[in-house]
Amino acid sequence: MIILQAILILGGTGLVFAIFIAAANKKLKVWEDPRIDVVASMLPSANCGACGLPGCRAFAEKAVVGDIQPAKCTVSNAERVAEIAHFLGVDAGQAVKRVARLLCAGGTDVAAQRAEYRGVSTCEAAAAVAGGGKGCAWGCLGLADCERACTFGAITMNAQGLPVVDVEKCTACNDCVVACPKQLFVLQQLDHKLLVQCKNLVNGDAALEQCAVACTTCGKCVLDAADGLISVASGVAVIDYNKIAEAEESNVERCPTGAIVWLSGAQFAQVPAVSSAEAA
Amino acid sequence: MAFFGFKHGVHPPEEKGLTSGLPIRRMPYPDEIVLPLRQHAGKPATLCVKVGDYVERGDPVGLADGYMSVPIHASAAGTVSAIGLWPHPDGSYAQSVRIAVDKYALQAARPRMVPQWAGLSVEQVIKAVQDAGVVGLGGAAFPTHVKLAPPKDYRVHTLIINGAECEPYLTSDHRTMVEFPERVHFGCRVMMHTLGVKKAVIGVEKNKPDAIAALERTRPTDLDVTILPMTVKYPQGAEKMLIHAVTGVEVPSGKLPVSVGVVVQNVGSLAAIAEVFDTGLPLLERIVTVTGHGLSRPANLIVPVGTKMKDLLAYCDGVTPNAAEVIIGGPMMGQALANLEAPVIKGTTGVVVLTSDEVRADAVYPCIHCGRCLEACPVFLNPSWLGDLARVKRFDEMTENHLADCMLCGSCSYVCPSNIPLSQLFQASKAALRRNPTVGAA
Repeated sequence: MIILQAILILGGTGLVFAIFIAAANKKLKVWEDPRIDVVASMLPSANCGACGLPGCRAFAEKAVVGDIQPAKCTVSNAERVAEIAHFLGVDAGQAVKRVARLLCAGGTDVAAQRAEYRGVSTCEAAAAVAGGGKGCAWGCLGLADCERACTFGAITMNAQGLPVVDVEKCTACNDCVVACPKQLFVLQQLDHKLLVQCKNLVNGDAALEQCAVACTTCGKCVLDAADGLISVASGVAVIDYNKIAEAEESNVERCPTGAIVWLSGAQFAQVPAVSSAEAA
Repeated sequence: MAFFGFKHGVHPPEEKGLTSGLPIRRMPYPDEIVLPLRQHAGKPATLCVKVGDYVERGDPVGLADGYMSVPIHASAAGTVSAIGLWPHPDGSYAQSVRIAVDKYALQAARPRMVPQWAGLSVEQVIKAVQDAGVVGLGGAAFPTHVKLAPPKDYRVHTLIINGAECEPYLTSDHRTMVEFPERVHFGCRVMMHTLGVKKAVIGVEKNKPDAIAALERTRPTDLDVTILPMTVKYPQGAEKMLIHAVTGVEVPSGKLPVSVGVVVQNVGSLAAIAEVFDTGLPLLERIVTVTGHGLSRPANLIVPVGTKMKDLLAYCDGVTPNAAEVIIGGPMMGQALANLEAPVIKGTTGVVVLTSDEVRADAVYPCIHCGRCLEACPVFLNPSWLGDLARVKRFDEMTENHLADCMLCGSCSYVCPSNIPLSQLFQASKAALRRNPTVGAA
């Protein structure tokens, strides 16, 4: 008898709650476009932020309502993008391929050392101690903070202690830009070939003492380039990227140090070296 | 309270014997003076000379840029030879004025630039102190005139004078108190008058009995000035530790000392205020302890601001063959110097040359959670946990765990049996957060 009572009471309450939940499910249902889940599953799930949105799901939500074109996900490959575009019945769009560029070419073979840095082996820590041991106070410290920050394995340190960005793998997600304490990384369109690989603000021979590939502000590139494309007002040659269409390969020919370069693909030689992250 | 002092802290070897008995001597003028326009906390000075100008000793080369700034004055007569980027002691390059010192100039006294103190109103004193370019000489180079004018909604009841000088090696404040006690008291009088406080306490660690005796001997009878001998412990000279040791009150996290009615000033800065009103010249030189086992002839020197480090070391007969590292400030909180071309600036308290034995890098072992860093940390943080967070770059959690209260005193690194460079990890984390406040946030 007692058993029957217990079954009735518990079963009854269960039934009441079940009805309540069923009613709530009908009444309070939030409709979500089922395509969001599908699109999200087609995205790389890297949550890298390269598209400018907080994560892949946010991208899927925007893509479904047509606020962003599938190609804006620079991490996906072309087939995936086409797949998403086909699924949504929209134009895939065009994304300009952007990559991270290092504004320093001062590897250990060309840049002077002013002191020996001993301490925590990260760029951030070295930069906080008298700016690190490098002769140039603006240059790459070579302790691979960017390599560790890169989610995509696009950065490897070469034998000269400079980070080599694999332009295929780089998704322009901005992580290395944030990680570098010397703020040497910039995101640039891959088809922008003209680049000043130097941030040293010291002029003339004093700059050369610090680094053989420093910009000495001699101004030859300014004369060779289209009017207003390059200026040297601030101690280093600066390219006005609004006028990048007028850039030509001949602009860099007379540079005595090689601080300004005409890029085709990656910046530095892809010398495979023992990565300091692995070594540590 | 003074007997126990603040809680926690460490006892590093003092090493002060190298220079504590040496009288302060004046260093001759070098051939060239380099004056960075950024020498103080706040906005850099704005340039007011051009290349080729002849400047007399005391002429301004940079003017104060607003209230949180002070002017920079030529510390020697000479010709401005160049204006441009020059190595700064912090490792960066800063806009600097280079002056080729006139070998035949008298570098002598000149008509008063700073008015006599007697009879000045509070506002006039503050203005005169700013115009004289006086900043705190304890290291941070905080403009003194800002300290003299605390926010109106606080009532300051005590002036605490920092004579602790807890950093190993450094003796410039010690020698100032021994040799110029009346200057310390005069500076104290100026500050008490300006702040309108009735009570001043000079805190001096007990390892400087001669300084305590000198200050007692010259103590003014018309002012309520107490000389408080304090227990010897590092970091006694840190502002908040000193306040706790003297008054027993803890300054709340993130608040200024003035929130507990206290203003702290270092003895060297007081002597500078006194000297400025005494001589009528702006702040042109400072007392620097040049010391360390890696230096041939340690000394306490009056050095013109802008003297290059290499000239300073050369005057002390250079470094010994086993010298390995030059540090600006003391060995606990000081910064390694990367370029000897950098000049002495207003905030340079000392230059310590360490030998290769002293700077040897021992292997770093994993944290064994012994808790010694917790016992050492004077602001009651958990350095062990913060260190773990720093290594994985969880800076947002470090902020939650009060990284902002860490003053990088180095006590945790000093006691760590695993040689973990905790203080450096925190310094790097602070730098990362400064650059990008959202970095590491999930």
